[in-house]
Amino acid sequence: MTSIGKPKLRHPALATNKVGFTRRDYEGKVSTLCAGCGHDSISAALIQAFWELDIEPHRVAKLSGIGCSSKTPDYFLGNSHGFNSVHGRMPSVLTGANLANRGLIYLGVSGDGDSASIGLGQFAHVMRRRVNMAYILENNGVYGLTKGQFSATADSGSRSRRGLTNTDAAVDTVSLALLMGATFVARGFSGDKAQLVPQIKAAIAHPGAAFIDVVSPCVAFNNHPGSTKSYDYVRQHNDAVNRLDVWPAREPIAVDYAEGAAIEVPQFDGSVLRLRKLDAHYDATDKTSAMAHITHAAEKGEVVTGLLYLAPDASDLHAHLDTVETPLNALGDADLCPGAAMLDKINAALR
Amino acid sequence: MKRLAAINDFVVKFANVNGSGSASANELFAKAFLRMGVPVSPRNIFPSNIQGLPTWYEVRVSEAGWLARRGGVDLMVAMNPQTWDQDVKELEPGGYLLYDSSKPLPPSKFRADIHLVGVPITELANAHFADGHVRQLVKNLIYVGALASLLDLELEVLADMIRERYKEKDKLTESNLAALRLGFDHAARHLADALGLKARRADNVGDRIFIEGNAAAALGCVYGGATVCAWYPITPSSSLAEAFMHYCARLRVDKATGKNKFAIIQAEDELASIGIVVGAGWNGARAFTATSGPGVSLMTEFIGLAYFAEIPMTIIDVQRGGPSTGMPTRTQQSDLLACAYASHGDTKHVLLFPDGPRECFEFAALALDLADRLQTPIFLMTDLDIGMNRHLCEPLAWDDSRRYDRGKVMSRADLDAGKDFGRYLDVDGDGIPYRTLPGTHPDRGAYFTRGTSRDAYARYSEAGPDYVYNMERLLRKFATAKTLVPKPVLTPAKKPARFGAIYFGSTAPAMRESLDALAGQGVHVNALRVRGFPFPDEVAEFVKAHPKVFVIEQNRDAQLKTLLVNEAGIGAENLISVLHYDGTPITARLITGEIARIAKRFQRPAPAHEVA
Repeated sequence: MTSIGKPKLRHPALATNKVGFTRRDYEGKVSTLCAGCGHDSISAALIQAFWELDIEPHRVAKLSGIGCSSKTPDYFLGNSHGFNSVHGRMPSVLTGANLANRGLIYLGVSGDGDSASIGLGQFAHVMRRRVNMAYILENNGVYGLTKGQFSATADSGSRSRRGLTNTDAAVDTVSLALLMGATFVARGFSGDKAQLVPQIKAAIAHPGAAFIDVVSPCVAFNNHPGSTKSYDYVRQHNDAVNRLDVWPAREPIAVDYAEGAAIEVPQFDGSVLRLRKLDAHYDATDKTSAMAHITHAAEKGEVVTGLLYLAPDASDLHAHLDTVETPLNALGDADLCPGAAMLDKINAALR
Repeated sequence: MKRLAAINDFVVKFANVNGSGSASANELFAKAFLRMGVPVSPRNIFPSNIQGLPTWYEVRVSEAGWLARRGGVDLMVAMNPQTWDQDVKELEPGGYLLYDSSKPLPPSKFRADIHLVGVPITELANAHFADGHVRQLVKNLIYVGALASLLDLELEVLADMIRERYKEKDKLTESNLAALRLGFDHAARHLADALGLKARRADNVGDRIFIEGNAAAALGCVYGGATVCAWYPITPSSSLAEAFMHYCARLRVDKATGKNKFAIIQAEDELASIGIVVGAGWNGARAFTATSGPGVSLMTEFIGLAYFAEIPMTIIDVQRGGPSTGMPTRTQQSDLLACAYASHGDTKHVLLFPDGPRECFEFAALALDLADRLQTPIFLMTDLDIGMNRHLCEPLAWDDSRRYDRGKVMSRADLDAGKDFGRYLDVDGDGIPYRTLPGTHPDRGAYFTRGTSRDAYARYSEAGPDYVYNMERLLRKFATAKTLVPKPVLTPAKKPARFGAIYFGSTAPAMRESLDALAGQGVHVNALRVRGFPFPDEVAEFVKAHPKVFVIEQNRDAQLKTLLVNEAGIGAENLISVLHYDGTPITARLITGEIARIAKRFQRPAPAHEVA
């Protein structure tokens, strides 16, 4: 199997965004995932989000681990550097990349096999460190590449295509992200692009650790009755607490909301998140009640979606480390080497 | 009874309880000799423990400048009742036992063939200091004061160092000076001429400095331009990362903004620390981690990725006794094979072998250059003996005209000029491809990095020829590495020599002394100190030039010898191993004894041309 590039022919009338790119410029290689895979919908949502945000593709670094979801960065943003690292270890690689150059946008793509099992530790610690990133977990509750074993996010009691029942408790990645200190936590559904695209845009704009758990059905191994990660199940049990609209910086907000039905959250980069409430009682800035809501919904078998938590005072690892504004990878000899005269002084103190 | 007598040539060992504050007093003692122009080499022998277990500090005083561990003890300062019997036993016949004579001890606790030097240390401390905690701490200064008198160490030299150390803390200076004086006066009054061992001012230290290998390596990383350090605490490497933090805070803060030109992450484990280093190296920052054997074991998956995906990074392995948790606080050179071939599949890695702090500094900076040049992991193979002990060495040096070698990185201008970019394409025939950094160009030069096989243009491929092209190119790159690692250093025998000896790293000071001792016995050996792997051609040529070559190393399985046979085409039958691996630093006595014993077996009448 070798990779397949897409033909570069373009319709001359294709619309360009403010930085002069067409939507096609945000595409990648042809996906090798199964037809109908939720992950491909997420890739499409990513393409749309980056295009709409007017981000030059090469200013994005895409990092992933191992698995079906981790392959997807090859299928979007073909002019961005990508790194398909080792199983469950994307968070540390992304952290290092981010430290080296704070000037790029970091997109982490992972799956439930990658993040909730071998990568659970790194998942927790990258949230603790508040690395500035958008971390997308494409969650299908199943191991696709190895043909249908349960993953650690499979709900207790759910059934595999082979008829086995999962008896282990599920790892709930949104609760864990909240607990560990992520400053933006959302859950989306690959079957609801209208909800997902604004979530991704908001995650990218967020100046800290942004996490989106996207329920993304596996059409080959986990889309049957008895699965709680199938298209039908999620559609029937989707408890959406709010909808997001993202307004880029300096653009007039063109939609009117009924009084009290929306919250405006200004973002670090000047853009504005506007949260349209679907559940009048849900407060996305209150971590404790968010946790409680998620737990109660899970007990009822419901899938809570929406922006579940947003810390108003988010900051990132570079702020905590107090690093210079210039990317570390752009510092040269003169910036970094203290020189021979200083070494003489150091020597003198060692006698 | 025999009475050891020596000037500036003896071994003093301190037996203490860990956490009793003895370390700084003992170091003061060692440094006093240096200030008097007499070389010393101290070694910490410590347990994996914070408080309560036994710890030792062994100081070899050698005007002649022998800096290896000598073996044997001439003067024992026995401050730990737990290890008393063992400590008394270790003394050379005719040696001296300095002990706290505040409470009487039965004669069965002593030896008939040693000299007793009793100092009522507890009594003196209790009589002059009120606070219980202070009483404990000043005991250390009391025995240092007594030793100064007994050995003729200059009291003012010690007092000056105390004043330098506690600059602004007057109270500490006062109590320490008082305790020093107390011990000194007591010994002067009651123990005149109790020791046959004496210190005497000399001029053999010159401008040398006294520094731990870990601190020197950390400075090398600062000077070499490392901006990202990710680490996880593990003995004996933790003090390296901590020294990097210390020096960065001092040397790498932007004066105008007060912001940091470095990022240091204490990660959750070694898996994450190496992952962070991989990410930073991929994105163009100079990045390193410091660890020890168990950490390297955990990192091997990422090391394989960095080898195959060709990501620059530096790994400093401060080796300790293995396998498994092994001897966490003892020294060994036993990670050579684990590092040289780290990770599954066909892998080979570049290793550097510093012989002490000065080369720790130089090679750490070099490793960062080589990592960028070769786009691969570079291992700096130091050890606990080098890393956690202070060594007397030449001052660290930096040439201000030196520039960092950032290797083959294609710029936006290169891409605009239409240069063909194939991430894994061997353009220059040296096996080293060009890379681009993320964010370089809007529509050229982006590529996908992966641990799976790919073609020369970084496109996923499982085609045999693509895979083989890449693996062969990695071999060419390794051959290029052979020309870039430091050349071995030859110490020719003073007379024509039949035997050769190959050694590396912390064995160097013992080897130097051993060569001198062997020459004294008429055994002449040409010695080659290996400093890098893959081995430069000089190594195989050296072996070829000698019928028998000793390979001296501090591990059980002759790991360097394995590498020589595997990777330099050297016949195993030409190599004779001299091994030491009990966790203590190797001594000249051991090397000399082994080589002399084996050399005798090969004794034959020397042909005329070998007689000088």
